[in-house]
Amino acid sequence: MLIRYSIRRALETIPTLFIISVIVFSLVLLIPGDRVLVMLGYSGGDIADVISPEVYKAMEIRLGVHDPIPVQYMRWLSRALQGDLGTSALHSIPVIEIILGRLPATLYLAFASIILGAVIAIPLGVAAAVRQDTWVDKLANGVVLFGLVTPGFWVALMLVLLFGVYLGWLPTIGYSAPQDDFVEFVRHITLPAVVLGLDFAANVIRFIRTDFLEQMREDYVRTARAKGLSERVVIWKHIFKNSMLATVTVLGFDISRLLGGSTVIETLFAYPGISFLLIQSIFNRDFATVQGVVLFLALLVIFMNYLADILYALLNPRIRYE
Amino acid sequence: MSEAVVSQAPPAPANAYVAAWRMVRDVIVNDRKAKIGASMLAFLVIVAIIGPYVAPHNVELPNTDIRLTGPTLLNIMGTDHIGRDLFSRIISGLTVSLMVATGAVVIAVIIGVPLGAFSGYQGGWVDTVIMRIMDAIIAMPGRLLAIALVAAIGPSVGALWFAISFGSIPRYARLIRGGVLAQREREYVEAARAIGEGSGSTLFRYVLPNAMAPVLVQITLNFPSAITAEASLSFLGLGLVPPTISWGQMLSAAQPYLEVAPWLAIFPGLALTALIMGFVLLGDALRDHLDPRYHGRRRKQKKGSA
Amino acid sequence: MAILDVRNLTVDFQLDDGGTLRAVDGTSFTIDTGEVLGLVGESGSGKSVTALSIMRLLDSQAEITAGQILFDGEDLAEKSEAEMRTIRGRRIGMIFQEPMTSLNPAYTVGDQVSEVFRHHLHMGFGESKARAIEMLQRVKIPRAKETYGKFPHEFSGGMRQRVMIAIALACGPDLLIADEPTTALDVTIQAQVLSVIQDLQHDMGLALLFISHDLEVVAQLCDKVAVMYGARIMEISESTELFTSPRHPYTDGLLRSIPRRGQPLTPIAGTIFDLRTPPDGCRFHPRCPYAEDRCRRETPVLRVLEPAAANADTNDRRQAACHFPLPGTSGAGERKA
Repeated sequence: MLIRYSIRRALETIPTLFIISVIVFSLVLLIPGDRVLVMLGYSGGDIADVISPEVYKAMEIRLGVHDPIPVQYMRWLSRALQGDLGTSALHSIPVIEIILGRLPATLYLAFASIILGAVIAIPLGVAAAVRQDTWVDKLANGVVLFGLVTPGFWVALMLVLLFGVYLGWLPTIGYSAPQDDFVEFVRHITLPAVVLGLDFAANVIRFIRTDFLEQMREDYVRTARAKGLSERVVIWKHIFKNSMLATVTVLGFDISRLLGGSTVIETLFAYPGISFLLIQSIFNRDFATVQGVVLFLALLVIFMNYLADILYALLNPRIRYE
Repeated sequence: MSEAVVSQAPPAPANAYVAAWRMVRDVIVNDRKAKIGASMLAFLVIVAIIGPYVAPHNVELPNTDIRLTGPTLLNIMGTDHIGRDLFSRIISGLTVSLMVATGAVVIAVIIGVPLGAFSGYQGGWVDTVIMRIMDAIIAMPGRLLAIALVAAIGPSVGALWFAISFGSIPRYARLIRGGVLAQREREYVEAARAIGEGSGSTLFRYVLPNAMAPVLVQITLNFPSAITAEASLSFLGLGLVPPTISWGQMLSAAQPYLEVAPWLAIFPGLALTALIMGFVLLGDALRDHLDPRYHGRRRKQKKGSA
Repeated sequence: MAILDVRNLTVDFQLDDGGTLRAVDGTSFTIDTGEVLGLVGESGSGKSVTALSIMRLLDSQAEITAGQILFDGEDLAEKSEAEMRTIRGRRIGMIFQEPMTSLNPAYTVGDQVSEVFRHHLHMGFGESKARAIEMLQRVKIPRAKETYGKFPHEFSGGMRQRVMIAIALACGPDLLIADEPTTALDVTIQAQVLSVIQDLQHDMGLALLFISHDLEVVAQLCDKVAVMYGARIMEISESTELFTSPRHPYTDGLLRSIPRRGQPLTPIAGTIFDLRTPPDGCRFHPRCPYAEDRCRRETPVLRVLEPAAANADTNDRRQAACHFPLPGTSGAGERKA
């Protein structure tokens, strides 16, 4: 049953989560210099001026720098599991609060990109498969090639040039929460979503077209035609349902890329999401936040992959009834 | 009977390397997509090598008289905000891009291939643990990992090499491991025919040449992401910083002048696109040719005649 | 009354290298209402292509280049795709060889059956479901109501094939085409599925075109049998006569090649020719133990031999494409002694 499957898959992600946590933890160990100072956000100058001995001592105890590394790791991990990711050296607020505050923006962007990408890519991919070697197929090829070879942030700049600078239709930086001003929200999210959506679309088109072509060869398609069904029904009812499974799979893979690649785009558009937070924290030398964000994003991706898995199982009766 | 066994044995290592190279050459000659890609790459590599010597202008020399001018005969791609010739800087950036990307790919191969071979050969829990780690690395967004690593270690070419290569290591490891496992199976089957060999080095000697072609394909497909990764990191200010010239960095610097000097953003991006396109076209063509279904798929399917 | 009258059907395939392959070469046969015609032959003989041609389900590389397919008087070869769609699944049903892959894995079995009712008979959801369950019961699927909501992968090959039969016969067609329906099934299941087909054929008075390479199954099921070799029909006879006294050397060879306990194996010598380059004259002559010079030069036409019974209808007379047909029970063959 679906519930059993979901639990089983959840348990299977635990080793991965564990290894990721080890990697993220080790990242901080790589930073050169005194770790206590690093975590305090110290960036130069005479120590005595900037950091009081009490503050230093407190951080030293918290980090437990003199303990063996595995112990330090366990301490860090147990805190993280309780939601304690430390305090931002810059803002003096718990890291987790900052992250959660920025989370909605990133999620909106991710969903907007996916929806935009899917709306373009699914019809185009299906059409390219059904009408091979026509202009539709060539158009699809063009979109795929464009998406594969052009760096996302360059496309973003070109779009900014066109729509922001020359045409002045859309704003190029900033953000507005949907509950505050929906129109402004849409205007600000458009360009970044288009860029990310295009990248996503390129992948989906490729996948769907290949999968659709393969599905079209399957015996059940012949049966459907032998029933006297119209071509439209054969394509959109019979074949598409099977291809949708493939699309969901691509979604799963691409979430990872989307959330990773959104870093550059968010930064370019000064879009206040989690990925932009990451960059800001790096430049502010706020490593507690950096570590927290990396961990959070990595886990978010794993979780999204997991959801995609469950969605796939929901759609594919064969897996569900195993 | 011994002839039959010998003729079934995998090709001797040296010939297999040559065979892989020949396959690549065949694809390039016969496939138009590959031809275009390979030509673009060849052209760009030549430019990268001789460019710095024939570039028209000094890349560092500011010339405030001609700041922010558009493309002219003298500066065919225009000048930047302190009067430096863009075209010459782009040629410099090409060398840098290739150097960083190549280094990252080489490191990924050097670490990934032996790791995969070792993992496959050992088997057991060692194999399981290593593969789990590989899975975890793949599960993390590559870009994120690279950013985090560079943030931790600090911006330098070495850091970039390591950070960019890290996310690609699992791909090579898995590829080789698959080859090793397949070869081991053959070994057990042929053990009955008492070949007399079967040690680890033989495994390696036979596996590696046969895996050459897929690894080559993986490498050509690895380059675009490595190039983009370096450009992104430099764009964010986390990668190469001035005085090193990087296309990503140039694009970042072009942002404030987007309205008055758009060529500063257009040309470096086009250059990046061209470089990436070369690898993508070539890699796609190679990958298609390796796919056993490719040749069947190119023909419209025919139902059986029975 | 012939419900299906195939005249001189010729089907060509465009090959990738530009050449043409003639998969069906001037075949003709008829099926009367309620009659069961078996179409036998080896792989590559053109049986399946013939069946697919009737339904006009051929791939784009294939083309009907000559002949007529008269179904209830109308030529199917001339019909448009839209017209064919009103016939497929409604007046002609077809079942295929691979039950494991012929059903859509993403939809329930019941949905795939009721779909036919909804599409052709414009029934509503509830009514089509009820009729579908009825149909599933008719093909002897146990617990039809529960089966309705299950997916294909939950069933064995034999069960899936019964679902296919239910789908094909749902709208009460005049003709059922069965393309090797039991070849992929285990022997014990074969018998079950065949019995379902046989019962339904009787109940519904269906004309049935039964394609197989299994001669024994054909013997049980069919009234008439047509034997194909190398894209041509070699012989058409009434079933019992074909098996007791074949007229064409190929048929004779086929029957002899069926393994019999205690007797040595006697396969037909040689192998089938390359369909792209058929031999001149009679296609079977390279392998025929009775081949003579005339066989190499002149192509024999499928013609009626002496009548099987004195007052027989023209269609019932035995036909063979041979210059020197075998004697047969009547002893009046044209073989040189």
